[in-house]
Parts: sequence; structure tokens; C-alpha cells
Amino acid sequence: MNFLNLEPVRLLLYLVGICGFVGFNAAYLVLAERKIAGRVQRRPGPNEAGVGGWMQPFADVGKLFAKQVMIPPGVDVLLYCAAPLMVMAPPLICLVTVPFGEALVARNINLGLLLVFSLGSINVMALLFGGWASRNKYAVISAARVVSQNVAYEIPMLLVVITILMATGTMDLNEIIRQQAGGFWNWNILKGVWTLTNPLMPVTFVIFFICMLAETNRAPFDMAEAESELVAGAFTEYGGMGFGVFFMAEYTNIVLGCSLATVLFFGGWQSPIGVLSGPIWGPVWFLVKLYALIFMVIWVRWTFPRTQFYGLLNLSWKILIPISLFTLLLSGALITLTRVL
Amino acid sequence: MIAQPESLQSDRRGPPQETFVLNLGPQHPAAHGVLRVLMTMDGEWITRAEPVIGYIHRMHEKMGENRSWAKFLPNTSRIDYLSAMHYTHAFVGAVERAAKIEVPPRAEYIRVITSELNRIASHMVWWGALLSDLGGLTPFLYAFDDREMILDLLEGLCGARLTYCYYRFGGLYNDADDDFLRGARAFVKHMPPRLKMYRDLVTDNIILRKRLEKIGPISADMCRKYGATGPVIRGSGVAYDVRKVEPYSVYPKFDFLVPTFPEGDSMARYLVRMAEMEQSLRIIDQALDQIPAGPFQGKVPRVLRVPPGDYCYAVEAARGRFMVRIVSDGKDVPYRVKLRTPSFSNLSLFEEASRGMILPDALALLGSLDLVIPDIDR
Repeated sequence: MNFLNLEPVRLLLYLVGICGFVGFNAAYLVLAERKIAGRVQRRPGPNEAGVGGWMQPFADVGKLFAKQVMIPPGVDVLLYCAAPLMVMAPPLICLVTVPFGEALVARNINLGLLLVFSLGSINVMALLFGGWASRNKYAVISAARVVSQNVAYEIPMLLVVITILMATGTMDLNEIIRQQAGGFWNWNILKGVWTLTNPLMPVTFVIFFICMLAETNRAPFDMAEAESELVAGAFTEYGGMGFGVFFMAEYTNIVLGCSLATVLFFGGWQSPIGVLSGPIWGPVWFLVKLYALIFMVIWVRWTFPRTQFYGLLNLSWKILIPISLFTLLLSGALITLTRVL
Repeated sequence: MIAQPESLQSDRRGPPQETFVLNLGPQHPAAHGVLRVLMTMDGEWITRAEPVIGYIHRMHEKMGENRSWAKFLPNTSRIDYLSAMHYTHAFVGAVERAAKIEVPPRAEYIRVITSELNRIASHMVWWGALLSDLGGLTPFLYAFDDREMILDLLEGLCGARLTYCYYRFGGLYNDADDDFLRGARAFVKHMPPRLKMYRDLVTDNIILRKRLEKIGPISADMCRKYGATGPVIRGSGVAYDVRKVEPYSVYPKFDFLVPTFPEGDSMARYLVRMAEMEQSLRIIDQALDQIPAGPFQGKVPRVLRVPPGDYCYAVEAARGRFMVRIVSDGKDVPYRVKLRTPSFSNLSLFEEASRGMILPDALALLGSLDLVIPDIDR
């Protein structure tokens, strides 16, 4: 019996692996973000700590750890302390179901997609708790905004996911990827176009991407933080590692959201040209697609100004939800039609 | 549960009415300095916004009363640090008018060139700051890149990069050398493509338009009521520009337009300033062509005494009409110096204009007024 197949060993390995992956990403995506922001803004970005600033994450984390954990007077201590944990735990758990390679998945759950979306909603609750417990007006305003924003954007996102589900017929993420084998024209984003099951699939991806930005509270939808309006929004009263955890959770959510986009639209670990696949190349392709999407997320942040809050809600209720409902209807009709014919 | 102080427990019962007061500032990212606004909010809606000013009041007017005419000159550039040239120009102009000092034409031309360069630099800061208020941090760096060229030019003239004291009674501190004139010409060539890029990347951006269009409408009547000037009143459709209505220096010799937009919303004020930068470039271009040779400093007595009387001089600063009123009793020290600053009047209308707006829109309005806090407080 192979030692690596023992359940406790497997569990431990993946626990360490995912924590390592998340920690690495949270630390180095901050650096990447600052470097890309520097590039966009015609300045060098962090370049003092280490060659090209590669030590900067250590300096940042060291600083955050060195700060005293302060609990301001008058806060709801239980919620105030629980919020950073609640914001961090769900994306960590969700990553369990993400297949980085055909065999490189912590738990192949056949309802993986459902698990991701049900746990993903807890993120909102954590921000609401954090903002509410802080006993700060800016934080409360921000918490109220986050809730209405996330409610508004969960709907088109789920509609988009249902559209995908109708085409794939499974919630198993690995199975969804397997169906996209053969080359980039078989990826879900293009497959629907030429098989005529859903010609609006690229539009669906755009909606998914916008919703993902809104769900992760990233600019131009960063209503939770909105630093020029609400100082630091829900995190105003957090300092030190409490703030650091919120920050890490933001990047973990981006990794998770982009992983999902990779799985659902870009064929996950499938090679774009059909060759160079296998247990080694699979994760490589996955990471290439993942980081390309993450780059887009960062690029968008440093290009656009923030949307106005009511404009944001209008965008969801008046534009995104009708369009995604229409694509859902269209794709349902076309799938039925192709089956009948 | 932890024990809570009495003061915190008492309002657990809930506020007596549905509104709450949000204290914005004096240290707030959108306040650009130490402006404090007490906002009475109904949810996210502002029912009343009361600006609290005076955090950096430095008694410039009082300082004017206890130092000689020349010694007050550097103070003027500290009032609105972003358009220091215009402010020095107003004080110098007032004293020249009072003491009947002749200014050589070359000096006037260089004054116009540097003033307009300063106006562009000031609008650049406003542009970057407004965009960063709206959450777009990148344009700030682009604007500062171009502004750097202006600062380098002006530094070459007078050594200062921000609080210039370049204009002197009867002329200038220094003549403009060939380096400056060549640099100014290069800048006039450099800027139009950049302005086009700003328009393509930022002005036409749909998010920016949604954030500014129909937001914070200010009528021409409201502008008159509060004495708002500069791009604020021109954004409400009134072509009021001191350079045209009370011509000073050699401005009448140049062909330029006063951009006005009738909408009165934040976008109109935005477009006015963007168009003004183009007009400033036109003025600089013409001034560089026409600049005469000759002395740069007129004759000024060693100890300046201004004949008794009451004198005014107004200039079109980057934020609007800046006027210096000096009262002299014939001594070497002014009897009274009154500074009429545009930001003060422009801020006054914020209370009325922001009523019923939501917080992010009110901050867009505040950004479109282009306030410089030391200019309000003096």
C-alpha cells in the first residue's frame, strides 16, 4: 500500500500545500500588484528590499506581525475578532475542490461547484460582521454597501454558472475540465459558439468576470474599501494582522475566482493546443491561465476609476441580470433543440 | 460581554431621530488637506453638510499689516500654493498700481507666460486629485509627469518649484534666459498630444462620465449668490474671466477663448478646466512669439512708500478671481491687506449644492470645486 495514499497523510499534505499556495499567493500577489501598478503608473514600484523588491512581502508581513493587536473600546469583541477568521476560512476551504491538475486536487467532490458558491457567500457575512462590530460609521456604511452589492452580483453570477451547468451537466470541476479536452476551441468560452449550444458564451464570460470583480470587492467595484470616501470601509478599525488577514483574504478570493473562471471557461489544466498535456504540464497550463486572469484583475484596478454605488447596483439589476437571464434562456432552448434534432 | 463606559451605553437606546452625523475630516483621504465637513446623513444621503474651516489659518492678512511691502511678497505665494504665480501677480500688481510703478513690457510678457504655465500645472494637480478621489489612482502619476516639466522650467527661472516669489515690484527677479524660452516652446509642442491622450483615456471613460455627469449641478444664480468664480462659474455657463472682464497685464494682446459649459454639473467644471489648459497653451504660444527684448525690471525706489489710498488688483488665478485690496496710510508698511480668495467662495456653495446628494457624489462635487485648503483659511 502506498504511503501517500493513506488518508491522514493525504489530508496533511493538501492542508500544508493549500496553506502554502495561499500564503505564497497572498504575499506575492501584493508584490505583483504593486509592481504592475508601478508599471502602469510609470514608476518602478517597490525595489529596495531585495533584487526587484522580492523581499518586500517579508518586510510587509513582518511589519504587520510586529503591530499590537488593538481592540478598540466599544466594539463587539466576539464579532470583531471572528470576522477576520470568517473572511479567510471560506476561500481556503473552497480551494480544496479546485483541480490544479487532473490528479492534483485535494478532494474531488462531485458537487464541487455548489460547495464553492455556498461557501463563497460567507465572505459577505464576514465583512458585514467586521463592519458592524467595529462601531464606526464608515465601517457600518461600508458593511451595508457590501451586502447589497454582493446580493446584487451573486444573482447574475449564479445565472451564468447555471448556463455553464446546462452545457456540462455536472458540478464536478474535474469533469467539467475533462469535457473541454482537445484544444482551445473546445473550451467552454468558445465551444458554445461553434457548436451553437450557446453563441453568447463570450458575453457570459464577461458577465462572470465583472461579477467576480464585484464579489471580491475589487476596483472598480471596491465599495467595501472605497478609500477616498469611507477611509478604509469595513476595515477602518482593524490594524496589524487583523487588517492583514482581510488583505490576504482579498487575494485568496481573487485566486479562487480566477481559478473558477479558468475551470469553467478556459479548460482548467487542458492544453490549449492539444499537445504537452499530462501530470506535469497540466498544473503548468492551469497556473498560466490563472495568472493571466489575475493580471487582468490587477490591470483593471489600476486603469478605471471607482463606480458610483447606485450605478453599480443599476449595472447588475438593469443590465447584467437581464442579459444573463437571456443567455440562460437561449442556451436552454438551443440545448433542447440540438437534443431533439 | 465587556463592560462599557457610560457614554457608550447611553446611545444604545438609539438616536432620537433617523439621521446621524458623519465627521469627514480634518484627516480624510478626500479632504486634500485639513478640511473638515460635518455631514448630517440620512443613510447614505446628505441632509446637511457643514464645512468647518480654519485648521490652517495663518493670519496672512494680519501679517500683511506688520511687515514692509516687499517682505509680504513671499507670503502671497503660500496662500494658494498651487497657483503661486497668480497670487504674487495680484499683490505686485496692486502695489504697482498704487505706487505708479512702470513695468517694462518684457517683464509683463514673461509674467503672462509663467502665469499660464502655473495655471496648467495647477489644473494638472486638480485633475490627478479629482481622479484619485474617484478611485482612479493612475492619472495622478501621469499628470505629475507633465507637471514636472513645468516645475523644472519655473525652477530654472527663480529657483523655487512650488512657492515662487518670481515677480517683483516693477518687474521680475530674473530675466527669462534662452533655456526657459526654448523649454516653454518645447512644452507647448509636447502638451497637445498628451491632452488628447487624457481625453481618450480618462475624459471619455464611461465610469468617469457616469460619476460626473448630472452630479452636483450648480446654477449660475447659486454661483452669484456665493461669489463663486473661476471654472466653477464658467461651468455654469457664465463667461466670467478676470482676464477678459477686468483686463490686466498684457492679456488684451492675446487671442484666447473663455471656455464655458452651460450644464453646471461636475462634468462641465471638469471640461472647463481641460479646455482651459488648451487656451493657456495658446496664450503661451502667442506670448513666446511676441515677447520683446528689453529690460526686465523697472525703476523702483529703494524704500517703497505707497501713497495713501485704497487700491485693488484682481487676477484670474487657477481657481478663480483672486483680488488683493490694500489700504495704505503712506508708510512703508500696509495699513490693511485684504485677500479675496476664490476657494473660500467656491467652498461656500458646497453646503447648498450638496444637499440631498449621496456621499460618493458629494465627494465628486467637492473634487470638482478644486479646493486648496490654505487658500480657504489664509
